[in-house]
Amino acid sequence: MFKFIISRAALVIPTFLGITFLSFFLIRLVPGDPIEVRVGERGITPERLAMLREQLGLDQPLWVQFASYVGDILSGNFGTSLVTKNPVLLEFLELFPATVELSVCAILFAVILGLPAGVMAASRRGSFWDHTVMGVSLGGYSMPIFWWALLLILLFSVSLGWTPVSGRLSVMYYVEPVTGFMLIDTLLSDEPGAFRSAVHHLVLPSVVLGTIPLAVIARMTRSSMLEVLGEDYIRTARAKGLSAGRIVGLHALRNAMIPVVTVIGLQVGTLLGGAILTETIFSWPGIGKWLIESINRRDYPVLQGGVLLVATLVIVVNLIVDLLYGILNPRIRHGR
Amino acid sequence: MPLLDIRNLSVEFATRSGTFRAVDGVDLHVEEGEVLGIVGESGSGKSVTSLAVMGLIGHNGRIVADRMEFAGTDLRSLSPRQRRRLTGKDVAMVFQEPMSSLNPCFTVGFQIMETLKVHEGLDRAQRRRRAIELLDQVGIPDPESRLSAFPHQLSGGMSQRVMIAMAIACSPRLLIADEPTTALDVTIQKQILDLLVSLQRDRGMALVLITHDMGVVAETAHRVAVMYAGQVVETRPARALFEAPRHPYTGALLDALPERALGRRRLPTIPGVVPGIADRPPGCVFNPRCPKAQADCRMGPIPMFPDETGAARCLHPLRQVGGQAA
Repeated sequence: MFKFIISRAALVIPTFLGITFLSFFLIRLVPGDPIEVRVGERGITPERLAMLREQLGLDQPLWVQFASYVGDILSGNFGTSLVTKNPVLLEFLELFPATVELSVCAILFAVILGLPAGVMAASRRGSFWDHTVMGVSLGGYSMPIFWWALLLILLFSVSLGWTPVSGRLSVMYYVEPVTGFMLIDTLLSDEPGAFRSAVHHLVLPSVVLGTIPLAVIARMTRSSMLEVLGEDYIRTARAKGLSAGRIVGLHALRNAMIPVVTVIGLQVGTLLGGAILTETIFSWPGIGKWLIESINRRDYPVLQGGVLLVATLVIVVNLIVDLLYGILNPRIRHGR
Repeated sequence: MPLLDIRNLSVEFATRSGTFRAVDGVDLHVEEGEVLGIVGESGSGKSVTSLAVMGLIGHNGRIVADRMEFAGTDLRSLSPRQRRRLTGKDVAMVFQEPMSSLNPCFTVGFQIMETLKVHEGLDRAQRRRRAIELLDQVGIPDPESRLSAFPHQLSGGMSQRVMIAMAIACSPRLLIADEPTTALDVTIQKQILDLLVSLQRDRGMALVLITHDMGVVAETAHRVAVMYAGQVVETRPARALFEAPRHPYTGALLDALPERALGRRRLPTIPGVVPGIADRPPGCVFNPRCPKAQADCRMGPIPMFPDETGAARCLHPLRQVGGQAA
């Protein structure tokens, strides 16, 4: 098992190199550097522009900038924001819990609904239920996130007034940030009703962000389940006189989960991508909104550091998924 | 009263090109403690017949029978729950592909003990003890440590032994073995066959051995039913069948045995293939491939004609060994 972990972890190094390289050069392909963007149309003297560039080290050749950036990263220094002058890592850690909270709720929503829906669709193949699940999930998958979010806001927030339009908590409440997770912090505080308000704020963004993973998980579970249900060992299970529930819920699901877990892991990447849109729409103060703003301001250190940290997160989650996969699938664990 | 009594069993599947009758009016009976061999080519309906007995035909299959009784219980009228109480306990089955018939996600021990848990309700320690005993009985060395092995760590022969251990876990009165040796190496085939026969003898259970290998039948079966295109075409005690087959199909199968073709330069074969879904001939289902076929073989359904030792579904049966017609 230890060897398995080490071999998986070793694969991470080239991925990191690639991400560092891409995040550094891609943002520099965008026209306008941080100073030009800040100045806007006010105009600036060429001397002052040159001086400011020199201060930020932007006058150096690209490869020198890259080398010093990689050197900083290796010594654990993610730099400071050009706009706020705060350390990037600090800003990230402050905003990160909001994104995690939203993503976890979204993926929970997707798994809790998607798994049973897929299993039911597969075990009643060709039924009305099967067609409904497949049709709805295809719709969910094809739906542009921003449009879907606006539709839900119009219905539930504007027309019905059930949920708030944006933010994490009603302005009526002030909650001391302890963990950064609003659901936990509101429970820790003695503000009555704050937890309810946090939940209310979380519902719509979670549903919006969880829709695509939900569709993917439901469809994947269904197809994986259909394949497994046709296997010889399912016939064996039936020949043992096991109940249908035990056959589907234990013998088939355990095997069908193997590809589904991989897909759930891959969805984490999609989720963080989706979080950027979702957070922008719902004014959710998380990593996604932070990154979008850093692009608009050409805040190079924030963008580079942020992308690298998000990538690290995705890699770690995928590593965990790989390990989980080993636990689910004995053939991997014992490796050949 | 026979242990298993089947009259006029038909199994039909709905396919895109119409209904396909995989089993067509089969009569079978198995006595307590008897070894019945069911022989036939691929597509002759042997497996479907046994799956119908086990209640393992999927939703797309339709089972019709005049009688289908196991130990006096009418299998046709059982509720799914009653059916499950029988399947895996009193009637058990071993399949053709041992490697894919065990669930790759669970240990051997779990899979054996699961059967015991569902049917016998033993406690954990008892189940474990029984599982070790069973693995020992099917000739698996070091049974205690094998309990925690996963199927992918076992060879084909070992997997089949585990499948057999699982099948006999609740001391079934009838064990159906569907081509239990086909997927195995020749050397292992013999071991598995010997194991099945010795278990059958020791426990006095009835064994239905489904195979396409006449040699296997000759070594093990008390009585033989030969199936062709969904029908039983001949049935009689093994010795009588091997000495004097009456149906030309049985004769041709026996002629194709290498040990019977000594002195010939080429092994005799049966030309053509088993008729499929669209080309079932009228009259005798074997008539297009039969060297003895005459005009009357191509008309109307042919009944079973009983004789001194059994019965054959043929208008112009063979009289002597080796396919010589009278």
